[in-house]
Amino acid sequence: MQGDTKISIQNVTKVFYKKNSSVTTLDQISLDISEGEFVCLVGPSGCGKTTLLRILAGLETTSVGEFMIAEGKENRPLQSMVFQERGVIPWLTVEENVAFGLKMRHLPTKQIKERTSYYLKKVGLEKFSSLYPKELSGGMKQRVSIARAFANDPEILLMDEPFAALDEQNKFILQEELLSIWEETKKTVLFITHSIDEALLLSDRILLMSSQPGRIIKEIKNDLPRPRNIEQIRANQQTAGHFLDIWKHLQDEVQKSRK
Amino acid sequence: MRDEKVTKTHNPIEFEQQEWKKRQLKERMKQMLTIASPIFLLLLWEFLSQTNLLDARFFPPPSEIVSTFFTMGVSGELFSHIGISLYRIIAGFFLGVIPGIIIGLLMGLYSPVRHFVSPIVMALMPIPTLALLPIIIILFGIGDFSKVVTIAGSVFFPVVINTTAGVINIDSIYLDVAKNYGASSKDFFIKIAFPGALPVMMEGIQMGQAIALLTIVAAEMMGATSGIGYLIWTSYKAFMLKEMFVGLILISFFGYLFSLILRGLQKKILPWR
Repeated sequence: MQGDTKISIQNVTKVFYKKNSSVTTLDQISLDISEGEFVCLVGPSGCGKTTLLRILAGLETTSVGEFMIAEGKENRPLQSMVFQERGVIPWLTVEENVAFGLKMRHLPTKQIKERTSYYLKKVGLEKFSSLYPKELSGGMKQRVSIARAFANDPEILLMDEPFAALDEQNKFILQEELLSIWEETKKTVLFITHSIDEALLLSDRILLMSSQPGRIIKEIKNDLPRPRNIEQIRANQQTAGHFLDIWKHLQDEVQKSRK
Repeated sequence: MRDEKVTKTHNPIEFEQQEWKKRQLKERMKQMLTIASPIFLLLLWEFLSQTNLLDARFFPPPSEIVSTFFTMGVSGELFSHIGISLYRIIAGFFLGVIPGIIIGLLMGLYSPVRHFVSPIVMALMPIPTLALLPIIIILFGIGDFSKVVTIAGSVFFPVVINTTAGVINIDSIYLDVAKNYGASSKDFFIKIAFPGALPVMMEGIQMGQAIALLTIVAAEMMGATSGIGYLIWTSYKAFMLKEMFVGLILISFFGYLFSLILRGLQKKILPWR
């Protein structure tokens, strides 16, 4: 889209081996993601999408193949991940959670304070900054997780089904909030989901994955103009077409994996 | 809704206020029960003993035990026993807890350490420290230090085992978060491993505290010339059962006190639970 390749993945294959049996989770995945692009990876559960994300996050290694994340000029971390709901650390307050990445990088205290309070305000949690996560709702916890990743100001953001555990209304609200923060920073995002609506609302491009072995089987450009909201997604003819298209593919995949 | 049903609750706030008051009253009743139960037990004891349904020679009434407590207190002898026992318990407790935490953390964090140390821990744990008392006395003499070591030995095991378990059972997602956000091993230790293991570790410390009290009495019964355990044992041998009961009740009191202190501490250091 914007030209420069930010993430480049080449022939990444991941095999899990256990006592004489092996499962190929990712099979020769190759893809490029441009600077500032929001890409959603959609696939049935168990298709290896989380594994791919964990490889990029440095939490898993590839069996074969390599990937590259382009470094910018500033001294930024390469990537930060927005984890699922449980990823908020219960013994740290909201503020300490948001500041976590910055503290781990030992930035100057003043800078940590500034950025933390900026993103706390962005996600509307400034009043709750000294609370512990047990006192927060699921939606608020995910706001903490998002603020933590954005505050860390990484080259790319990785999101692992961050809204999967939320109820429908909260999901819509957080999706739109995420979009508004993202539009301000224009980070490169790789976002994993199994929700087609979510992918259509958020992404510039949707990649569909098959399961076992995980391959990218289809790519859909999603050029609905931004800023977007849920109503547009529901009303737009073209996105409705995309929805059916993706749905058909997923259905096929699920049927196949049942056999 | 039909009319006749509405008329019953003409003022919803008032109605809920009544309900709330009822719930409050119930809560207070439960608190009262907690306070009443030991008092009830003492009164029952007093009654049975006074009426000789319980042999007063073996179970002197609590009122007499209390007066014995005061006479013993006035002579000052009692407090020196309490003081020496408390010193042994507290010193032994820390001497057991601190290495327990350190070794437990190392075992939890580094699996080679765990694989090397855990068979040793498993093999030593079933041996009651009291059975080792003769060896401890040979090694450390019959002074205070041998009692401190005995207590430390019994406190160590629950703490080391719980600390290890606490570290191992930290949800792996927090380890991922730490790794993803580039935590150094020192930061990982301070921000993730230690606080994450703390709840289970505290349970081990609670257990250690209880074991320390069990141990002190027995340790002071053998090869000691002072302390609450010594008091209980010598009183029993001299058939001074009131004095013996004073010792028993003191142990029970300190056990209760220590667990209250630890529970309070737990609330303070684990506000996130």
